[in-house]
Amino acid sequence: MASTTQGTRVTRTRKARGALGTRPWAAACFLLPALALLGALVVYPIGYSVYRSLFDASGHGFVGLGNYHEVFSDDRIRTALKNNVIWVVVAPTVATALGLIFAVLTERVRWGTAFKLVVFMPMAISMLAAGIIFRLVYEQNPDRGVANAVWVGIHDTFASPAPYPGARPRPNADLAASGGGAYTTRAAARAGTPVLLPLVAVKPEDVNGAHQAAPAKAVPGKVTGTVWMDFTRGGGGTPGRIDPGEKALAGLKVEAVKGGTAIASATTAADGTFTLPASADGARLRLPAANFASAYGGVDWLGPSLVTPSIIGAYIWMWAGFAMVLIAAGLAGVPRELLEAARVDGANEWQVFRRVTVPLLAPVLAVVVVTLMINVLKIFDLVYIIAPGSSLHDANVLALQLYQSSFGTDVNQGVGSAIAVFLLLLVLPVMYVNLRRIRREREQRR
Amino acid sequence: MTTTHPHTAAPARPSMPARIASRAGGGLLRLLLVLTGLLWLTPTVGLLLSSLRDRSDIAASGWWQVFVHPAQLTTSSYSTLFHNSKVTHSLLTTALITVPATVLVIVIGALAGYAFAWLDFPGRDGWFMVVVGLLVVPVQVALIPVAKLFNALGIFETTLGVVLFHTAFGLPFAVFLLRNFFAEIPRELLEAARLDGAGELRLFTRVVLPLGGPAIASLGIFQFLWVWNDMLVALIFADSGNPPITVALQQQVRQFGDNVDILASGAFLSMVIPLAVFFAFQRQFVSGVMAGAVK
Repeated sequence: MASTTQGTRVTRTRKARGALGTRPWAAACFLLPALALLGALVVYPIGYSVYRSLFDASGHGFVGLGNYHEVFSDDRIRTALKNNVIWVVVAPTVATALGLIFAVLTERVRWGTAFKLVVFMPMAISMLAAGIIFRLVYEQNPDRGVANAVWVGIHDTFASPAPYPGARPRPNADLAASGGGAYTTRAAARAGTPVLLPLVAVKPEDVNGAHQAAPAKAVPGKVTGTVWMDFTRGGGGTPGRIDPGEKALAGLKVEAVKGGTAIASATTAADGTFTLPASADGARLRLPAANFASAYGGVDWLGPSLVTPSIIGAYIWMWAGFAMVLIAAGLAGVPRELLEAARVDGANEWQVFRRVTVPLLAPVLAVVVVTLMINVLKIFDLVYIIAPGSSLHDANVLALQLYQSSFGTDVNQGVGSAIAVFLLLLVLPVMYVNLRRIRREREQRR
Repeated sequence: MTTTHPHTAAPARPSMPARIASRAGGGLLRLLLVLTGLLWLTPTVGLLLSSLRDRSDIAASGWWQVFVHPAQLTTSSYSTLFHNSKVTHSLLTTALITVPATVLVIVIGALAGYAFAWLDFPGRDGWFMVVVGLLVVPVQVALIPVAKLFNALGIFETTLGVVLFHTAFGLPFAVFLLRNFFAEIPRELLEAARLDGAGELRLFTRVVLPLGGPAIASLGIFQFLWVWNDMLVALIFADSGNPPITVALQQQVRQFGDNVDILASGAFLSMVIPLAVFFAFQRQFVSGVMAGAVK
């Protein structure tokens, strides 16, 4: 027994973990399935792709580096290259920054775990499902897409929306289009004589709950009038007269115009009436275009110019949790004493974060950024699902172009292989770093 | 989320103004986190609620309208989906791809991981380096060559082909993870079993596999989600007449507006199993993700 232990010790110093007295053929049996699959489906394809990338679409004509030249000169592939650069620079950086912020902030909150769960959850679902989720989010119509609903809501808070989009004067009323969507009376208004300004084509939802319109009182020295919806539900009513049941148009702007410039303005009250000062006597009345402008439609998230940033947003939604979890694990390993020492020395929280936490986390941050970069380089599903057909070209990325060159409509597997080899070349530095790290670890163990 | 740790450090009691400031800051921080959490949940909730409205409601207004009109909630999209045999079939196909691809990666990866950890053979470190090098190879490199190869073998557009592809590309990570884990098994345990007369295979199945449980679980969860969620490989190698759920839904995406009810409910259905796996095995998933950070 004693000799066995001693023998073990000898083996250990000579070799990290020696044989248990096995024969080489046993090792071969254990390794064969893995090596066969890796050889046939991973290693051989690398070689074949390099070889295939030197031939034309038919696979017979040798073109040398011609396909690589095409990768850098074809307009569509250049769009893909440009977008890939944007992806690789923006997505990992933003996801990592958010992950860092989340990891640091949740550290001190009791329900931080629940928050982390919520942010990490999208990692578990497919890019296809995430793509469908974000097709719904980015829906153009603000009534349906939540992104535009929020955006339009914010926009309309700061620039109040037109009260009656699409409304126009009743035909034959004394109101004529005066350019830019405004309407102006033909006759001059007289103080003491109420004016009637009838409108039609008001959307029913815009007068929901509006008051009955009331004729304006004649006030000496003032120009008064009523703006109302000259339309009686179910027919009846006389055009140009305020009939019972006809609704007031409140909140509408009325301007008095003399010589082309507005000299006074008023806003209609709940019963549709307005009162302009004496100076408006003899002026013509204008209903400015701002009353009727069609509603702000929001941002065209999936249009040609914004499609790539929008899809990157979806990616960050999926992967910020990954960064957060890795960074939180790294954070747990940061010695508390160092942070406390910095605080005792009078550093504020920001200084502690900036000067102590971030430098200590640098290795973790590097791993996260590099992992995300490799991941983003191969981005395919999200772009393919989220970009609508009309902006697919503008959202193009290398992996998508590779798919289309290899299996899509205009097949050129020479170009497809060249893109594949190009992608492989881009990850080679990471492969090298991985190998060096493993080798170092093994040497340390020895 | 598995990395919570007791916050034990007790700093010196700060001054009164500092305490007030930090209390207010804490409140603000909490509010910020709640809002961010809600922001993160919104897209998923939007999908879920969309899937619970019928097509005309989806076309007319946003999902948030159900908070005002709860009567809009209906399972009609789901019953349409379940009466569509293509979708139910596609879920079955997904399972038929995912389960074998996961089991095969575990078995083959464990065999090789054990050999790299404990068996002696010429060039062991060199071979292991090759496998580690393959960790970062993008699947894109293999699409064209493997399509040709599978065509020649007659398994292009078959479930078998998809399974083999996923197994091969899952192996570098599997071998890497399991070798590192198996290498930590105490030598004495293996030697004791060997002294008891256990053969190579017995040693592997009775000692190494049971001890490797945690690593195998991580690997299994990771590979399961990876394959279940894959679209690209299935798009090329699966039978387009009987595709897995991701491809079946992808085929409907080009007419997004017309198919929005099927897409919303189908996408949610496709998420149910990954989410269940995720919530049930969070810890294993996280450790798999952390180990896979080199991938």
